[in-house]
Amino acid sequence: MTITYAVSRGTKINKILPFVFTALTIALIALPKVFAIPYQVKFVQAFILIILATMWNLLAGFGGLVSIGQQAFIGIGAYSLVYLADIQGINPFIGLVLAAVICGVFAFPLSFLVFRLSGGYFAIGTWVIAEIIKLFVVQVTVLGGGSGISFGAFAGMGRETRIAAIYWSALAAIFLTLLSTILLMRSKLGLALTAIRDDQTAAGVLGVNVLRNRRTVFVLVSMGFGLAGGLVTMSNLRVQPDDIFSVNYSAIMIFMVVIGGLGTIEGPIFGAIFYYFLQDRLKDYGTWYLIILGLLGIAIVSLAPEGLWGWISRNKVSFFATKYRISQMNKEKGA
Amino acid sequence: MIWTNAIIQGLLTGGLYALLACGLSLIFGVMRIVNLSHGDFSILAAYGVVALAMHTNLILAIVLVLPVMALLGYLLQRGVLNRSLSKGALTPLLITFAFSIIIQNILLQIFSSDNRSVQSGRFASMSFKISKNLQIGALPLFTFLVGVLLTLGLHYFLTHSRVGRALRASSDDPGAADLVGINNRHIYGIATAIGLFAAGIGGVLFGMRTQFAPSFGPIALIFAFESVIIGGLGSLWGTLIGGIVLGIGQSIGAQIQPSYGVLAGHLVFIAILIFRPQGLMPKQKGK
Repeated sequence: MTITYAVSRGTKINKILPFVFTALTIALIALPKVFAIPYQVKFVQAFILIILATMWNLLAGFGGLVSIGQQAFIGIGAYSLVYLADIQGINPFIGLVLAAVICGVFAFPLSFLVFRLSGGYFAIGTWVIAEIIKLFVVQVTVLGGGSGISFGAFAGMGRETRIAAIYWSALAAIFLTLLSTILLMRSKLGLALTAIRDDQTAAGVLGVNVLRNRRTVFVLVSMGFGLAGGLVTMSNLRVQPDDIFSVNYSAIMIFMVVIGGLGTIEGPIFGAIFYYFLQDRLKDYGTWYLIILGLLGIAIVSLAPEGLWGWISRNKVSFFATKYRISQMNKEKGA
Repeated sequence: MIWTNAIIQGLLTGGLYALLACGLSLIFGVMRIVNLSHGDFSILAAYGVVALAMHTNLILAIVLVLPVMALLGYLLQRGVLNRSLSKGALTPLLITFAFSIIIQNILLQIFSSDNRSVQSGRFASMSFKISKNLQIGALPLFTFLVGVLLTLGLHYFLTHSRVGRALRASSDDPGAADLVGINNRHIYGIATAIGLFAAGIGGVLFGMRTQFAPSFGPIALIFAFESVIIGGLGSLWGTLIGGIVLGIGQSIGAQIQPSYGVLAGHLVFIAILIFRPQGLMPKQKGK
């Protein structure tokens, strides 16, 4: 008996999931009507973490670009929003979108600079870029210099309306970033990125333009970080250079992605939610909390490099059908 | 005259950056690991000396702390980092980043975020008068000499000693090194031990020159990294030259306006990346 195989995307679970996701989305849109303000604020924080983890994973897990300087774009996004909304008087929600675009505009020329470095030196190189941008921002008095600036665009708005508006903005942002990540990974670019990550030289030999594909993902991801930076500004109502350009953002992103599972779409989301609850539990412990995060990170990387999601799903479950898999069509009974 | 002074002070500071950087350069050269916690280990050594100097004299404190740094490097390499080498480039990077966070927060827990410095008494304020407007501090001069001597010593060690040759062999081809009986894991441990020993010297001298806090590790790492890139990857002398160029860049910037110092150094780094990405003194092929 000949065995035939079928190539498919995703598993059986993917047939039901679109309905689940639609229901979830509708529930999340309606949430401000049901839940009180503190819950909405918590959701916004979790959304920002998921966006950050997803973007960092797209860059490192799929693009093979391990950066510890993406706070540069979180900061550019945050300050762009303040500049556009407060100083130029643009509607803050349009400003949020424009802030993301500005991050993309910055990322493109910067990529030429940092792409001269590879591996670990690329990582520090991006960090130096973030530091340089911070040093420049500190010099700009219009943006509040070293002591930071308040975000005043929401001044006339009632608290309830403001929080709900931020919530919906964050929801739209997370929806957009997740959807574009899934679509991107299903596209030719996603395939090229996976090939580059697995073997840069082999991918190049097969005609994949390594540099151009990496540059595309670097620019796209930076826009995502810009969105996150804008959302941080909206929810904190204040930007401070030392906070928004802090390398701690990188530490948190790496932790979430590594804990969840690098190189999958589900892993970082899982990692972000895990981190959210962990942080909520441990934040009273001050410095010990970061020491525990560091130790936990080392343990996961050394002992379970596929992350918690990889460990739970054993590579058999995939919510987002981005990978191709082969399955046997006609299974022999009892074989 | 102001400018001559700025250049000389920058040159001397460059020796310090070379000290902070040569371990980073060595660890990368042998294992292709970029040690993101390198600066934090420097600061750790400085705190170690501060803590010990409360009970004994400074020289003894330094003599005690530096071997501990080397031992720590050997143990971390053999215990944690060696396991990660086979898992791709990402894993050691993440582990050293985690080291960085752990060290910073342990130091914060023990010593708080207050600024400290390594007290070297009269030595810190001693200086030689060259001319009316030009003075050279004894401590910066000493730091510079240590930087040059360490580079010289490491160079001699790598080219002339048995262990040094084994280090280079492991770096060039670990498989072949293994065939001729070199224990790569042990050699990697030694490389990290030397790297952290050098980081420790850099950290202690850094702590004598300026005040520091637990959060200063990253800035030390960034200066070290810029020195390595400006000088050119894989060359110890390049790292020394890179440190000097960075130091001069910073002190000229600071001469224009004090707050521009660090920024000017970064701009030198960016200029090198744009116009001479291989660095000023790259490792020559076949040597």
